[in-house]
Amino acid sequence: MTEHDEGADNVSAPSRVPGQLTRREQWLRRRRRRSATVALASTALTFGIVIAVVTGSSGWPKVKALFFDPARFKDDFPELLGYLWVDVKLFLQCAPLIIIWGMVIALCRNTRNPVLFPLRVFAAVYTDFFRGVPVILTIYLIGFGIPKLKLIEGDVHFLGFGGAWNSPYLWGPIALVLAYSAYVAEVFRAGIESVHESQRAGARSLGLSQTQTLRHVVLPQAVRRVIPPLMNDFLSLQKDVALLSILGIVEVFRRATSIKDKTFNFTPLVAAAVIFLVLTIPETRLVDWYTNRQRKRTSGTVIT
Amino acid sequence: MTAKLRIDDVQKSFGGKHDRKVVLDHVSLEVGEHEVVCLIGASGSGKSTLLRCINLLEPIDDGAIFLDGVDISEPGLDADPIRRRIGMVFQSYNLFPHMSVLENITLAPTKVLHHDKAEAREAALELLSRFSLADKAAAYPDQLSGGQQQRVAIVRALAMKPELMLLDEVTAALDPVLVGEVLNVIRDMRNEGMTMVLATHEMGFAREISDQVCFLKDGVVLESAPPDQLFTAPAHAETAEFLERVIASGRL
Repeated sequence: MTEHDEGADNVSAPSRVPGQLTRREQWLRRRRRRSATVALASTALTFGIVIAVVTGSSGWPKVKALFFDPARFKDDFPELLGYLWVDVKLFLQCAPLIIIWGMVIALCRNTRNPVLFPLRVFAAVYTDFFRGVPVILTIYLIGFGIPKLKLIEGDVHFLGFGGAWNSPYLWGPIALVLAYSAYVAEVFRAGIESVHESQRAGARSLGLSQTQTLRHVVLPQAVRRVIPPLMNDFLSLQKDVALLSILGIVEVFRRATSIKDKTFNFTPLVAAAVIFLVLTIPETRLVDWYTNRQRKRTSGTVIT
Repeated sequence: MTAKLRIDDVQKSFGGKHDRKVVLDHVSLEVGEHEVVCLIGASGSGKSTLLRCINLLEPIDDGAIFLDGVDISEPGLDADPIRRRIGMVFQSYNLFPHMSVLENITLAPTKVLHHDKAEAREAALELLSRFSLADKAAAYPDQLSGGQQQRVAIVRALAMKPELMLLDEVTAALDPVLVGEVLNVIRDMRNEGMTMVLATHEMGFAREISDQVCFLKDGVVLESAPPDQLFTAPAHAETAEFLERVIASGRL
């Protein structure tokens, strides 16, 4: 290799000396160092200013005692962490149902079969309704309203929702599923429509039926395409689980407010915020990782 | 003897009531078994639409299309069993990007013809190696060159063992080097007796490969003749003019 390179000396372009960086690599390294320094400096400056302004304000000592009491935080954080599982469990119960129901609604809206026309109308009205009503209202109306109907008397245990027939642990998640599947259905529908017509032509020309084309060609591409926006919806679902506390479900947020009511200190709410972040940030990273992997697997060159 | 494919007085137009555009104007055409027919003509002359109509991807307004003497253009007829018998290859390949080459090819044989998975796999691999693509079986379409993608698309259509192949400007999106490898595949198919209708801009190839060449202009078949006759002594002035323009652009 090195012997070979000796002959390259008389070439006008700078040749690669083994063990040394090329012109471009040197330039890239210089540039990387420079941008790292600039980024560090500007971050330090920005945070310095923000901290100075906040801590310099006249109300800061009071706010600090009320919201950022280290002793309270140390006490409350582990206790709230114990309720984390309630939020996660509610999320895990809702998420698969939302995906299934959202997909059903999306398919209903896309159907061209005249016999199924009523389904199309239903799906359109459904999405309009549940996207138009605030989630918190849906939770109120369904969570308090339906159990009041007394459709079934007594404590009939129902599915795996950990409680009786009229339990908020049943109707709360149902309300969330109804509201969120309207959003998710629209995301799926956009994904289905984004698959180019030529893909259908390719599939139909092979003799695949409409249903087979949808199942094997259109949906797999549509679903892959909408995973990032879907994850957006599921992140907000993870947070909106806290809304179920209005039905009396004790989870992180509810527990934090009751501690606050007892101690007149807002630190548990800050601790609750930290817990939600601990939950949601890894979820985002997981999706980033998944979409990147998918892209690398199926495409020739990845443009980063 | 009935022709493999007979197109009888087909009419097709796009657009609404007021801005109707006629794309196929009383088109008639016959393709015999093992025959190769090339459709030539400028872009927008109706070549692609005709092919899409034959494959029932577009409904026709009037006239009829017969496959083996059976009217396949009858309104309300289930198109799927007919499309099974007709292979189609598109200008932009239309491969499924989320499936590997092998999955692209075995999808229809397993789902439509209900072939055994292993059996379909084996048949696909055999076809792939025939077109020297065996090492690409596990690749995804986006990882292949245009010529390779188009050859995979042809293999995908061939895997259904079609009785008739429709090729819609299959080399139009390829650079000159890659055109050659795709044309070789079409030559192979011809030598094996495949009945084909192709729309093409490759005049030299059309002349070499076809039994019959049809010149379309504005949805009308102006002239239909054996290639030697059409290319050397066109009967129609417009055909001559079109060929002159093609020669001037250096494509013959």
